[in-house]
Amino acid sequence: MTESVLRLENIDKFYGPVGLGVHAVRDVSMEVEEGDIIALLGSSGCGKTSTLRMIAGFEETSRGKIHLAGREVQKLPPVRRHVAMAFEGYSLYPTVNVRDNIAFALKAARLPAAEVAAKVQEVAEMLEITDILDRSPNSLSGGQQQRASLARALIRDADLYLLDEPMGQLEPQLRTLLRGRIKFFIKERGMTAILVTHDQTEANALADKIAVMEEGVLQQYATPAEIKDRPANLFTGTFVGEPPMNVFPVTAAASGGRLSIALADGVVLDYAESDFAAEVRDRILTRGDVMIGVRPYAVHRSETGPTATIQANQWLGDQSHIAASFAGQTVVLVEHHRADVAIGEPISIRVDAHDLHVFDAETGMAISHGPELA
Amino acid sequence: MEHTSTLEKALRGVAITCVILFFMFPIFWIVLMSFQTNETILRVPPSIIFDPTIQNYVALITGRLETSAGSLEINFMSNLWNSLFLSSASVAVGLILGVPAAYAFGRLKFRGSEDIAFTLLSFRFAPPLLVLLPLTIYFQQIGLADTYFGLIWVYQLIVLPLILWIVRGYFEDIPADIENAYRVAGHSWFSTFRKVALPLAMPGIAAAGLLAFIFAWNNFIFALVLASADKQPVTVGALAFVTASGIQYGQVAAGVVLSILPTLALALYAQRYLVEGLSLGAVKG
Repeated sequence: MTESVLRLENIDKFYGPVGLGVHAVRDVSMEVEEGDIIALLGSSGCGKTSTLRMIAGFEETSRGKIHLAGREVQKLPPVRRHVAMAFEGYSLYPTVNVRDNIAFALKAARLPAAEVAAKVQEVAEMLEITDILDRSPNSLSGGQQQRASLARALIRDADLYLLDEPMGQLEPQLRTLLRGRIKFFIKERGMTAILVTHDQTEANALADKIAVMEEGVLQQYATPAEIKDRPANLFTGTFVGEPPMNVFPVTAAASGGRLSIALADGVVLDYAESDFAAEVRDRILTRGDVMIGVRPYAVHRSETGPTATIQANQWLGDQSHIAASFAGQTVVLVEHHRADVAIGEPISIRVDAHDLHVFDAETGMAISHGPELA
Repeated sequence: MEHTSTLEKALRGVAITCVILFFMFPIFWIVLMSFQTNETILRVPPSIIFDPTIQNYVALITGRLETSAGSLEINFMSNLWNSLFLSSASVAVGLILGVPAAYAFGRLKFRGSEDIAFTLLSFRFAPPLLVLLPLTIYFQQIGLADTYFGLIWVYQLIVLPLILWIVRGYFEDIPADIENAYRVAGHSWFSTFRKVALPLAMPGIAAAGLLAFIFAWNNFIFALVLASADKQPVTVGALAFVTASGIQYGQVAAGVVLSILPTLALALYAQRYLVEGLSLGAVKG
């Protein structure tokens, strides 16, 4: 039975007076279980870093409670929270070399020198920075400083590891390599970590659960698979997934055992009523005007069906991204082979009922995913 | 690099020489005067050829001034000591008070912080004469007139705003997350201040301390009004050379030379810090 290491209870962050200032984090509640890696995912200014800094204690929590390892900590200074943090701006101590930066906390805790040296060596090897250990932080590239900063956090003993954009400055090849190593390092030691990122590949690869944030609101907190298969709302649906989900405003109507979904420009997708559960049908039909979302890999070319005109066709080496004008906008298809279509060529489009995500047009909340209710 | 011709270099050299001559001449002349007697100093036209004498320095150091009207006790050396003590103690107090305050103003945003910082700066706007009269009366009433303690307190008007504003900019230049990294590693804010912020701001603190020392050393008016003879610094003490039998130019000059030596030595020693400290961005993020 795992217990929660961190529990956020309705936390708010205002920059400025409570209730008047900039409302950066709005009523966020979430729980993090021991040994889990959590990704806070969102675009710039979505409140993810503010949330992280409230957990660390660098920002005051305007409202709500933070429970960390069984203690209520929102009023405690950082020194008493027992967390480790890697900073987006690296923030290495400029006066000492990389080795001493990494070993700083261990030395302060009076660990035997041999043990400190061994630990530094281990984490430096993991992050490929053994060659820069004796250099001063100011002489390093951004990527090197970032890894040194990450090493300084990971080497420590803490209840929770907070990693703010830990790999933002790394080159893509190194990033992929280190992602795996860091995950292994954290998992092997049973560490609990929260990483802030705007890179969904990083979130998907590293995290057990992803917390998607936008405008200070926690949009969805679920496993990567669940976020992909069952996005809670239009924002999560379109934010997570590459290329993004295709979204169309539609009007649904039923007649003669068929459910027809009318897009713009007279384009209609036609389904059997039995493709959807009765409640789903009812919900869609009572709303009438809804939004549908379809992942690019779920849009198929077929023999029959509404027509689209190819606008672009890009072969990326392992998949084709095809853009086509469809129902007054652009639809994107992904095919896992080299697609043989030319610009201007007409194609027929098929979307299966079980790939349809239906959202409320007004609130953006999910109504159904495929045949089932959201 | 732009191309400079020989002519340009020559012209530049001449111009620089003129500027140096212009600014250094008074100091050069003072040094010459300090080795002359009043007679050679006052002869017309003046000449740079004379028989050098060290009598002026001897008079200052022994404390006996021989004039045509008789001998006079002067306490120049004690004035020098007063200057040294008042300036050092004022800067020490200013650093002890000003550096933590600068840190608070730089790091913590609290209600009214800007107003308080500005008020402290505004002490520098007011002409000293404006506050001297009420200050003198207060000091006499509470017994602080003519005490080192009282003088050091008043000198804070000069040194505190200077230290506060220079050092504050320094603390603001240190990325807050460097301190946060230290705090999250299990250190209190006070030990973070001591172990991270202070060392990183050290060039700025040194520069501010040095400037404050020079300003305190050169102060005249506060000490003139608030201190009696035995507590006066050299700036005021030099007035003693204006005697009944005339102005003792030789001794004045020797006094000036002796009194600029400590600040000159300090400035030369700390030149590196001063330049580093006053040019921003010495801390790389």
